[in-house]
Amino acid sequence: MKSKSMQAFKAAFPFTIPIFAGFWFLGLTYGIYMHACGFSFWYPTLMAASIFAGSMEFVAVPFLMGPFAPLQVFLLTLIINARHLFYGISMLDVYKDMGWKKPLLIFGMCDESFSINYSADIPAGVDKGWFMLWVTVLNYSYWVSGSLMGGLFGSLLTFNTSGLEFVMTTLFVVIFLEQFLKEDQHVSSYVGLAVSILALVLFGADYFVLPAMIGILFCLMLLRNPLAKMVAGGQNS
Amino acid sequence: MSLELQILTVVAVIAGTVLTRSLPFLIFPAGKPVPPVVKYLGRVLPSAVFAMLVVYCLRHVNLFAGTRGIPEMAALAVTVGLHVWRRNMFLSMVAGTACYMLFVQKIFAA
Repeated sequence: MKSKSMQAFKAAFPFTIPIFAGFWFLGLTYGIYMHACGFSFWYPTLMAASIFAGSMEFVAVPFLMGPFAPLQVFLLTLIINARHLFYGISMLDVYKDMGWKKPLLIFGMCDESFSINYSADIPAGVDKGWFMLWVTVLNYSYWVSGSLMGGLFGSLLTFNTSGLEFVMTTLFVVIFLEQFLKEDQHVSSYVGLAVSILALVLFGADYFVLPAMIGILFCLMLLRNPLAKMVAGGQNS
Repeated sequence: MSLELQILTVVAVIAGTVLTRSLPFLIFPAGKPVPPVVKYLGRVLPSAVFAMLVVYCLRHVNLFAGTRGIPEMAALAVTVGLHVWRRNMFLSMVAGTACYMLFVQKIFAA
């Protein structure tokens, strides 16, 4: 049992190294931001540990200072995090038989953990459940420790980290590309790109995700008959 | 704002986040058969979602002002080019990020 988890740890850790860089950078930024807003380091640390949804933690800060608006902040959370619904639908089968690990995998299913767990070619002989749990737990620990460090020492940082946040963009580009090179038809990839760009142009950076999701669903449902046949024909990971 | 109201605000955010992450699993628990539509979506959605995440990361790029998206496009070209050539995830990401940092720190330094 112990060796099974250790072996999975060794396989999972390399996948999370880029996330370490990205999460420490973003976590530091988050801690510094809350520090600048006058909050003690406990706030970013506990919010990172309990919410664990980066963009939402930034958005929540003004709500901690302004008038009390729990319903508004709840609805805003649903809108900003609605993309998780797509991750859940994609992971239904994968996380199905995970037993006690399942709630942890679902709680920690951020963009990065979902992307790695969905796309990684887990080496043969490595326990899938442990691999995915380690990816999730490692990413979680990077985010929480980064937020803690930012809240504590962020203002003392001298190294020029400007632009480091782009590592997250490269992660998603590489995963998209891997998926693209692996699949034997690209209908869904093109639909995702075209609809997202169109929604971004029409609705702007702050409001495009929800329209994009609805548009993607609409197109994929419209294409269901031909696309379902294509997918069933080829083996799509 | 008092600590109690701050805690309630954070709880609202936690509740919303947990709900979006767990809802599909609550609606379709492990024992129950998943409707074919949802199975179909589970197979075709990921490619579209990864595309959406890429666009999401680049959402603040403005092609008509500031750096005009040049750092992003250069870094994307490096990432994609290297990846198609070498298929080494780590290498592509490090090189792409380094390229971006070079652009924003040295070439377009304010």
